[in-house]
Amino acid sequence: MTKLTSQTHPRKSATFDDYTLSEIRRAAATGIYDIRGGGAKRPLPGLDDLLFLGASMSRYPLEGYRENCGTDVVLGTRFAKNPLRLKIPITIAGMSFGSLSAQAKEALGRGATIAGTSTTTGDGGMTPEERGQSEMLIYQYLPSRYGMNPDDLRKADAIEVVVGQGAKPGGGGMLLGLKISERVAEMRNLPQGIDQRSACRHPDWTGPDDLEIKISELREITDWEKPIFIKIGGARPYYDTALSVKAGADVIVIDGMQGGTAATQEVFIEHVGQPTLACIRPAVKALQELGMHRKVQLIVSGGIRNGADVAKALALGADAVSIGTAALVALGDNDPELEEEYQKLGTTAGAYDDWHEGRDPAGISTQDPELSKRLDPVLAGRRLANYLKVMTLEAQTIARSCGKSHVHNLEPEDLVALTVEAAAMAQVPLSGTDWIPGKNHD
Amino acid sequence: MEILDLKKIGVRGVNSILHDLSQDSRQNFEIQNPQGQHSIACGLDAPLIVEIKGHVGFYCGGMNKFAKITITGHAGVGLAENMMSGNIRVTGNASESAGATAHGGLLVIEGNASSRCGISMKGVDIVVGGSVGHMSGFMAQSGNLVICGDAGEALGDSIYETKIFVRGEVSGLGTDCIEKEMTPEHFSKLSELLESSGLKADPADFRRYGSARKLYNFDIDNADAY
Repeated sequence: MTKLTSQTHPRKSATFDDYTLSEIRRAAATGIYDIRGGGAKRPLPGLDDLLFLGASMSRYPLEGYRENCGTDVVLGTRFAKNPLRLKIPITIAGMSFGSLSAQAKEALGRGATIAGTSTTTGDGGMTPEERGQSEMLIYQYLPSRYGMNPDDLRKADAIEVVVGQGAKPGGGGMLLGLKISERVAEMRNLPQGIDQRSACRHPDWTGPDDLEIKISELREITDWEKPIFIKIGGARPYYDTALSVKAGADVIVIDGMQGGTAATQEVFIEHVGQPTLACIRPAVKALQELGMHRKVQLIVSGGIRNGADVAKALALGADAVSIGTAALVALGDNDPELEEEYQKLGTTAGAYDDWHEGRDPAGISTQDPELSKRLDPVLAGRRLANYLKVMTLEAQTIARSCGKSHVHNLEPEDLVALTVEAAAMAQVPLSGTDWIPGKNHD
Repeated sequence: MEILDLKKIGVRGVNSILHDLSQDSRQNFEIQNPQGQHSIACGLDAPLIVEIKGHVGFYCGGMNKFAKITITGHAGVGLAENMMSGNIRVTGNASESAGATAHGGLLVIEGNASSRCGISMKGVDIVVGGSVGHMSGFMAQSGNLVICGDAGEALGDSIYETKIFVRGEVSGLGTDCIEKEMTPEHFSKLSELLESSGLKADPADFRRYGSARKLYNFDIDNADAY
């Protein structure tokens, strides 16, 4: 052993870093894996690894604050009688009442409505607060079918069949008994206080051939009025997108591994599925090969944070994006103003992810009546609307700089990548070169 | 009774007629030539009486409310899935996932039901004249599942509060499913269900199965069961 002197510096292992060591100690002490909310936290190739080129000699920019740059998007044009018409290409992802408080769900509806976009239910059914405050509400059709009923199905503006999600492709869910209030239990037809398992497979169909029949049933029940989305986790984006088209989707939502969850195993979040960046181009390729790009709309989600992310996803071929974690932050989740309370929970603002425990001091991921009351749905909804507005303005700023009169006119040719990995995933040139990994060079 | 010929007007035509009726409508319909088509008479929302003369495909009577539907023939996957109320009867056999996630009403299968009968059921009563396949009653939450014949492997796996009554043999019980005592209350409920279904069987011949409730809250010591 070398004696520590002023000339040496103790070296920590890159393999056994501080977090890894703490996880080994935690596992040894508790005998159970870590469960948490949110999405992947590890560094991943992402949209930050892309840059827009902007206008130059060969591209003509549009004037900021003067020339129009459209942001509207229509979802569900393939089969539905009543497609969704959004003012902005940013939707609110599905998050359940149960994992979130009724106040949080109401705030999401309020914010989305002010911004001219849609919000989405989650496992556990539709609440009157959310329906009442959401001008456009997408009703998730999940394996558990908790709260599923034809009346709410008909009240919805669209239906989203959830096959998987980015945080846990192939995984179900567990809402711990701590959060099963009387109301949540009643909506799910289960006893109060027990852990409620959300199934990982749908109970009455297996595979895309069955799903096609299931979707036709949902269309029959709702008289072919509602757009039907299929949400898939970022596992096999090329094939899953193609099969979703085959199954009859109007809209496909692809959710990368940065996408959040209310609760699942840390090992699942960090080690199953693909980064959002890696999912977009294969999904777009599948749509293009089937002649369905822009006919079946593609929504990308998983770690979307700002207008640059929105613009990059659209440039790679998406029609819209969806946000979950970022929307919760806009409502007030992980706010440094609550640092003292986060400290009491053994964490810190920005790192709080024990959403399943129901002790959220921000009143968002909780069913505790006292904590829930802390969230003012009107004020929080306004904050979300502001945030959505900023994201939209940012995306427009970038689009104008690339000479586009609509954000949907952004294209891969507007982008370069900062890393070889990102260049390969996004299929755009590495910055400073004309090299796209995987593409043949003459 | 109004005749709807599915061969002429298709599934969409049949369902449009049935959906366009007011919620207090009590009309009678006979659907002819169902041809094994899917999604027939799904999403009904009125106390109609609907008789389907022939075999049906997937999801017949799905999400039914109030209507009484009789299928003279066999039924495909997901018969009466997510039914809320009303009464659905099939005179033949039913394929997989009959009564899946159904919240209410009565589903009667006079013949056999395939695997996953009553999966995730949430309050419906299901009476099967014959036998059921494997994984029936998987994650069943509430309601009653009556099986006059035999049950396949893993009956009631991960069951919550549904009560399962079986007259014949059980190939095997699923995780956290155990045999339970038949109390007078259970005999009474079983008798009522058998009478409602019109199936003849002696309640004294049945055994009851339900949840051991050992997996209701996650416990690492139960890891072998998960």
